Amino acid sequence: MIRFILRRLLQVIPVFLGTTLLVYYMVFALPGDPIAALFGDRQPPQAVIDTLRSQYHLDQPFWVQYGLFLKNLFTFNLGNDFTGQPIAASLARVFPVTAMLAVEALAIQAIFGVAFGVFAGLRRGGWFDSTVLVASLVVIAVPTFVLGFVFQLVFGVKLGWAKPTVGANADWVTLLLPAVVLGLVSFAYVLRLTRASVSENMNADYVRTATAKGLSRPRVVLAHILRNSLIPVVTYLGANLGGLMGGAIVTEGIFNVPGVGNKLYQAVLRSEGPTIVSIVSVLVLVFVVANLLVDLLYAWLDPRIRYDQ
Amino acid sequence: MRFTRTSKALGIVAIAALALTGCGGGGSTGGSSTAAGDPNKVITAYSNEPQNPLLPANTNEVYGGRVVNLLFEGLRSYDANGKAVNALADSIESSDAQNWTIKVKQGTKFTNGEAITAKTFVDSWNFAANSKNLQNNGFFFESIAGYDDVSAVNSVKGADGKTTTTPAPKADTMSGLQATDDSTITVKLAQPEADWSLRLGYSAFYPLPSAALTDPKTFGENPVGNGPYKFEKQGSWVHDQSITLVKNADYKGTREAKNGGVTFKFYTDPGPAYTDLQSDNLDITDVLPSNALKTYVNDFPDRNATKAVATDSTLNIPGYNPNFQGEAGKLRRQALSYAINREEIAKVVFNGTRTPAKAFAPPVIDGFKEGLKGSEVLNFDPAKAKDLWAQADKIQPYDASKPLQIASNTDGGNKEWIDAVANGFKNNLGIQAEIQPFAKFAEVLNLRKSQQLPGLTRAGWQGDYPSLYNFLGPVWATGASSNYEKYSNPEFDKLLKEGLAAKSTDEANAKFNQAQEILFQDLPGLPLWDQARPIVWSNNIVKAETGWNGEILYYGITAK
Repeated sequence: MIRFILRRLLQVIPVFLGTTLLVYYMVFALPGDPIAALFGDRQPPQAVIDTLRSQYHLDQPFWVQYGLFLKNLFTFNLGNDFTGQPIAASLARVFPVTAMLAVEALAIQAIFGVAFGVFAGLRRGGWFDSTVLVASLVVIAVPTFVLGFVFQLVFGVKLGWAKPTVGANADWVTLLLPAVVLGLVSFAYVLRLTRASVSENMNADYVRTATAKGLSRPRVVLAHILRNSLIPVVTYLGANLGGLMGGAIVTEGIFNVPGVGNKLYQAVLRSEGPTIVSIVSVLVLVFVVANLLVDLLYAWLDPRIRYDQ
Repeated sequence: MRFTRTSKALGIVAIAALALTGCGGGGSTGGSSTAAGDPNKVITAYSNEPQNPLLPANTNEVYGGRVVNLLFEGLRSYDANGKAVNALADSIESSDAQNWTIKVKQGTKFTNGEAITAKTFVDSWNFAANSKNLQNNGFFFESIAGYDDVSAVNSVKGADGKTTTTPAPKADTMSGLQATDDSTITVKLAQPEADWSLRLGYSAFYPLPSAALTDPKTFGENPVGNGPYKFEKQGSWVHDQSITLVKNADYKGTREAKNGGVTFKFYTDPGPAYTDLQSDNLDITDVLPSNALKTYVNDFPDRNATKAVATDSTLNIPGYNPNFQGEAGKLRRQALSYAINREEIAKVVFNGTRTPAKAFAPPVIDGFKEGLKGSEVLNFDPAKAKDLWAQADKIQPYDASKPLQIASNTDGGNKEWIDAVANGFKNNLGIQAEIQPFAKFAEVLNLRKSQQLPGLTRAGWQGDYPSLYNFLGPVWATGASSNYEKYSNPEFDKLLKEGLAAKSTDEANAKFNQAQEILFQDLPGLPLWDQARPIVWSNNIVKAETGWNGEILYYGITAK
């Protein structure tokens, strides 16, 4: 078990180097001088531009820039972004907000997705099943930004149930509306995965055995059907957590959430290599840890799975 | 002030026609009891993260600028119409437009208690001009004698052929700038400049407390000023989220706050801000999402205002393009200008949110004159365009091997009007024309700077201070900082210089208008449209308006 975890963590190193190198190179290859772009039509004195350029090592070749970035990373000093703010401090500001948003969204899709999926799967073809199937199809078909605007308009502006945007001082309550929007699409997938898995396992031999042994219906559903149906769902949710952390650009934009997506978007606009790659680095770690947790969950869900030979 | 990426977007997005104005003033629904407003209520306003520490001479983008303008008060300030009025100056005098004597009002203080004297200004200006302090707006002091020494730099050509410029000041103070006593500043300019005193309201000229000079970076996080507002507390600037200002009760001046404070909420996109305004979750914005341009008057009846702003937009024609050189080039430039249907594009593409340009400077600026000699090229006249193009072809045939390209970044809604202009060229001149799209403004700028754009390019300019010169000098004078296409005409330069040296503003403006006539002859750029800026506000606000440059006059807002 420990060896398995260590091995997985060691795999992080090449993944990490590969992604940061790739992303850093892509930012580097973006056309246009990011420092000149900071100023627009009215350029400051050349000395200011040149000083900034050397301060951010933009006058150096790619490998030197990337090397310096790695060195900074391993000395836990991420440097400053182009507005002169420490990157570490802005990461510390945006990641908790997005983590809250992602956890909330994940909770919504996991709890409701699995619950609805179990009910639908147990009574396949029933009215509940048919309704949620159609509803989830609609949710999947509608793009996130449409959902976002509609929810914002209906619940934020017309009904006034929630603040239409998040802004400063994000908390669990203000983040609820964007979390619902963010979680809704994956909720539909979780629902369908659970439903398919449950309805397949319902007819499995061990379920019939459990029922024949005289176990109660809830016990059969929870301990036998559900637990065995969760593996594909957990795999999906684990992969989704990383996506929720990094892929919330649209949702965060619509609801003005001061999180990772918004920061990343601004950094891309400004061609701020170090900020972009720092964010990506953290996201890589989140992905890796989330997938590791998923793999560990497999063993709990299905004791036949062993990690060490 | 420059166009930031965002302000370019808002340039496109946030502009509405004078015709639409209606100037929805007045408290709409509130009863008589609310008309006076609540002087203690804090209003919330749209903004975004400032790009620099909040030092006046370092702030050259709109979102930092609006905060700095509220935190500080200079020798002069601009009223809503762009007229410069004395603020901390008791008098500003000069007999020859070169030697100036400024009397500073006595007894004013920064909010930390530090007194403001003539020396405060001298120290602040020397700090801003000094090249080693790397202030973005340092060049605003270039007119003062001794600026060259203070701002001196060292340029070294590296092995790779690239030059690197580093600060190397030869003096710490400008020789032309003296504080003779606590209340008197004497300024000697390197050459006479009639409109110099107009600049003194610009943020680069604000006074700084001594703490700012010793540790600018720390100061810029928690600035201490002398303006109508101050930071609510240390750390009022929550990065990427908001800045909270409260009324400075000690401020005495023309810009006294009529509300209890302003909280700038940061938005990365104007869309959510518009939604917030619809639900009174935000009080005022000067940036509207492009899809709201058609609807904002209906969405905010009696809660909107639109006013012309001092900005220019042109289509520049680089002199290095062989098709546009010599006499033939001149005729072709005129032909292009005649082939643009400004009226129709303003109406159809901008939903009537812009008006055709009438000159190289915008009409809101003092001294603006309509109907300058040569300005008839701004009319739409396809027959004349064809005729001029044919004449040019007789002198030198047009190289039609490549289509005529118009370079622009395509974010911020530029594509639509450029397509319309290109179609005008196609239909009226019979040439191939198309947009040369770029994802980002920086790419276009780089190519403009290195003179590599094959065709035309879009350009924009927003004034720093309300003077005709500011719309001509920095953009079209030989070697000027924003003259990327490197237009040069000695006669134009001479007229500008004469205008600067003129004894009176009227005389100066006459010279500047003559200089514009030279531009109309040469047409280094084709003036396109004049802009106005719409603002909308929530039910919590009685009334709001914008100043000459489109900035909301936050201090004048009364809350219900």
